[in-house]
Amino acid sequence: MGLEELFNVVKVRLNGNDEEKTEKDDSAVRVPDNMLFKCPRCLNVIMTEELEKNLRVCPECGYHARLTAPERISLIADKDSFSEFDADMLSANPIDFPDYAEKQQKLRESTGLKDAVITGECTIRGEKCVIGVMDSRYMMASMGSVVGEKITRAFEYATENRLPIILFTASGGARMQEGIVSLMQMAKTSGAAARHSDAGLLYITVMTDPTTGGVTASFASLGDIIIAEPKVLIGFAGRRVIEGTIKQRLPDDFQSAEFMLEHGFADMIVERKSMRRTIAHILKLHKTGGNA
Amino acid sequence: MEKLNKLTPYERLEVVRHKGRPTIRDYIPLIFDEFWEMHGDRLYGDDGAIMGGIASISGIPVTVIAEVKGRNINENKDSNFAMPHPEGYRKALRLAKQAEKFHRPVICFIDTPGAFCGVEAEKRGQGEAIARNLMEFMRLRTPVISVVLGEGGSGGALALGVCDELAVLENSIYSVISPRGFASILWKDAGREKEACSIMKITAEDMLELGVAEKIIEEPFGGAHNDISQTAENIGEFLYKTLHKKMKIDIDVLLNERYTKFRKIGEFIE
Repeated sequence: MGLEELFNVVKVRLNGNDEEKTEKDDSAVRVPDNMLFKCPRCLNVIMTEELEKNLRVCPECGYHARLTAPERISLIADKDSFSEFDADMLSANPIDFPDYAEKQQKLRESTGLKDAVITGECTIRGEKCVIGVMDSRYMMASMGSVVGEKITRAFEYATENRLPIILFTASGGARMQEGIVSLMQMAKTSGAAARHSDAGLLYITVMTDPTTGGVTASFASLGDIIIAEPKVLIGFAGRRVIEGTIKQRLPDDFQSAEFMLEHGFADMIVERKSMRRTIAHILKLHKTGGNA
Repeated sequence: MEKLNKLTPYERLEVVRHKGRPTIRDYIPLIFDEFWEMHGDRLYGDDGAIMGGIASISGIPVTVIAEVKGRNINENKDSNFAMPHPEGYRKALRLAKQAEKFHRPVICFIDTPGAFCGVEAEKRGQGEAIARNLMEFMRLRTPVISVVLGEGGSGGALALGVCDELAVLENSIYSVISPRGFASILWKDAGREKEACSIMKITAEDMLELGVAEKIIEEPFGGAHNDISQTAENIGEFLYKTLHKKMKIDIDVLLNERYTKFRKIGEFIE
């Protein structure tokens, strides 16, 4: 019940709302809710169509709304250059959490994903690289065994093949349903990042909405270059947890990309429309670097 | 010992939160011949939630890094109930690097409900500080041994937990989040803490089974508080043996073993 509720909240936030609810709603004007998008930053309501045309960036405030992993890959990678790693890897249930398997089965059907990250190899304006993209539709892109293993393998592949790696991070943190095993994925991925770094290779993090918890506290914060999308949520602790501790409301820009830049934890904020070009330029500048 | 193993996970949580549960301040004089505390991260400040320094155990110089629970309200004020800020983790890293320079093994004692969640912690990069420790401890060119003394809560514990060998005191717990937090996130009901304890797999035996820990250190009957000296002796014996074992291993081999220890944790289907 609790989990289902959580997923529904997430789904509603991501997709607008589902038709079912609209049908039950007997208000005078019946607008399907997924036609409208309410920006979580500026709270303006805009047409979804308008949002899509604008690369899912809020035209009012510039908030960069969430993309699915396939959408992200098609925006960044050269056409038809992407080949996926470990496409069939599925979660087991390390602490025998009740209903974990069933919940995942449902999510697999509704999202077409196998877990919360897609990894692979591609070119970006001709530059070869390893890429990983997290997808918040899948259990808020929490990191369990599959995410940890796929990210680790992506780093290992990049290290063996002397390739740069680019990770688009988004996550609610560690996957609670896998208990301590999910916590250990933080050490595992950070260790793989260390080996890639020791080989003199480039790692770019692109922090997207939302990058939080155990992912912020592991590989997401370890990029040689850390890029953030405008207005996205980035932080360690949950906002409500902190508000509960200090018993007051936090300013709106707390834990935003801009907050991270101001406090020295991001190198640059890059708009979605310039992301591909920016990454391609950075890749080119690192071509002759490293311990050849 | 047999009796204690029958404690439920929730009862163990009560044991480690017992106000008489010994803290690192009790153990240090009993385990080490001498201890010189070192302060500060050289970047921002000195965090009382993490104590560090140079010590010697049976004549072997080591660097000690420990999360500090207070034994009373004043000590807890200074140590923030063992919830570190970023400068605590950065102090830990500074001292670990210093240990590496002088070829001293590092001994970490974990005892925290979690990293502190607050505005200042976010401003100073709590996430980055923990991440950096995970990365740097994984490649630290000196042996690292960690011991969970009581509570091992979340990333705040793991930041001192990337090591060659992890031991947990018999009643200790180690978890991805506090059982309360777990219940609150998954069931939106923090009151279901007891139930969370029973399914989360947080006990010492669970840690061995899941490949997270290598060793359980025995506690006296009823828990560590019933005989602090005996507990300290058990910890000291483990440390001494393990130091001897790890110091003999070529550092590149040791680093590979450390990586592999974490590398193989995770369950998935292909």
